[in-house]
Amino acid sequence: MSIQLNNVSKTYHLKGRNVEALKPTSLKVETGEIFGLIGYSGAGKSTLVRLINLLEKPSTGTVTVGDDNLTELSSKDLRIRRQKIGMIFQQFNLIESKTVYENIEFVLKASKYNKKDVPARIEELLNLVGLNDKSSINAANLSGGQKQRVGIARALANNPDILLCDEATSALDPDTTKSILNLLKSINRTLGITIVIITHEMEVIKEIADRVGVMSAGEIIEIGDTYNVFSHPKEEITKDFVQEIYNFEVPSQIKETPENQVITIQFLSENAEENYLNQLYRDFELSISILNGRIEYIKEKPLGFLMFQVSGKVEEIERLKTHIDNSHGIERVGYIG
Amino acid sequence: MDNFSQLWPLLYRALLETALMVSISIFFAVLIGLPLGILLYITQHPLLFKIKPLNATLGWLVNIIRSFPFIILIVAIMPFATWLVNASHGPVFASVALSIAAVPLFARLVESSFNSVKDGVIEASIAGGAPIYLIVTDVLLPEAKKSITQAITLTIISIIAFSATAGVVGGGGVGDLAIRYGYYRYDTLTMIVTVIVLVIIVQIVQWAGDFISNRAEER
Repeated sequence: MSIQLNNVSKTYHLKGRNVEALKPTSLKVETGEIFGLIGYSGAGKSTLVRLINLLEKPSTGTVTVGDDNLTELSSKDLRIRRQKIGMIFQQFNLIESKTVYENIEFVLKASKYNKKDVPARIEELLNLVGLNDKSSINAANLSGGQKQRVGIARALANNPDILLCDEATSALDPDTTKSILNLLKSINRTLGITIVIITHEMEVIKEIADRVGVMSAGEIIEIGDTYNVFSHPKEEITKDFVQEIYNFEVPSQIKETPENQVITIQFLSENAEENYLNQLYRDFELSISILNGRIEYIKEKPLGFLMFQVSGKVEEIERLKTHIDNSHGIERVGYIG
Repeated sequence: MDNFSQLWPLLYRALLETALMVSISIFFAVLIGLPLGILLYITQHPLLFKIKPLNATLGWLVNIIRSFPFIILIVAIMPFATWLVNASHGPVFASVALSIAAVPLFARLVESSFNSVKDGVIEASIAGGAPIYLIVTDVLLPEAKKSITQAITLTIISIIAFSATAGVVGGGGVGDLAIRYGYYRYDTLTMIVTVIVLVIIVQIVQWAGDFISNRAEER
């Protein structure tokens, strides 16, 4: 189900001061896609995701999910509608005094799910998230990853068509993050649920998001296909996020001169795995030494970066640069390093 | 009184009176104070049932009753208590004032017990489309169970302390015995025995309360 935000904004009134957490923003999330929002803390991404199920009331604008304009629903209708919009949280937010089973049962009670079918539904959900043996364990006694799995089971209990993820993996270690992301991916694929995920971690976006929006100071400053946004970042903050996964820095002992330069190139998609360097060694009379290199897979498409130092005649270096610029699928990047 | 055998019948009777007053008062404190505490909490919570005027009115009412010195409260509500229980003295009569004093105390304790429930859990329940009554019964109460048990313990102990004053209206009880015999008549034996008995009662209540609240948590 699609989500349409139309000119929504959020302003908080704090001690006579107005704080604009979200500037007027329009956004469409398509049915069945995984849409990621990345930004540093305070960028307004948490506000934005809470506007989708109206945990925060927008100061202006409308929120439409499927055919329903949520901003116009009565509070009772909104409550019923929310049962079809699942949400998971950074701190999991389980009822700690209750068992795994009771935590899921809670939202089924909320939707007046047919009592007879509740045990079977819970078993089905626990199977889906891989916790079938944990049904009677107290939520307080689970590990972080297990808690988030219960959170996911709870969010999916009433067959929602949308799943909102609020920093869902930020409190988890890298391995657990991976497994939760894989679970979300498979839920998206098998159940066709539209997922909106907000995070400050590039790892999450590159793993899972079909499209990404980069947020800063209460607005979406860049938006598009994840691969395109990260292979051709326009805004400084987006570049910072890309830099964050590649973690490239020019070693401090290298002094750049016209005869001795550091060049960073980027290989796109199909070229990323090709051996481009051999050709450079062969065709140019330069000493080329590799400083750093890495291929990342963004939504399973490779994006490679290579940083190397070239030294030799200035003209030869210029010839090399022109050669790179004319190569298909290879680009020099200025912002890294 | 020279020896314990003379004191014993009085003490026995006082114990029963205390037990009666505490039972009646804690019963009404929970019966009325729990819903009142819930109401105080949910009417100020932006995600639940925020109604500022209602919350302010309830809070104001609770504060007024709580600011009355207990002895003045007893006297002030005497006509009402007489009408209600059709008596003008005795432990049941005194229980009216004790209940009225205990209700707002317990309500405030319940309210602050809910403050320890994480907002995130409430947010998740709202996001899951749960109605408010279900959030109260299935989230707030179970999550605050331990601290509500402690609130009951504390309220019982406060009622025991208040009940000493209940002697003014012939309420009786151990505290009243301590004041009337021990204090007014300079009866040292009664004084010592009653104080020891009170200490023991309070200790037992506290111990039992802690035991139950720990079990509530361990479950």
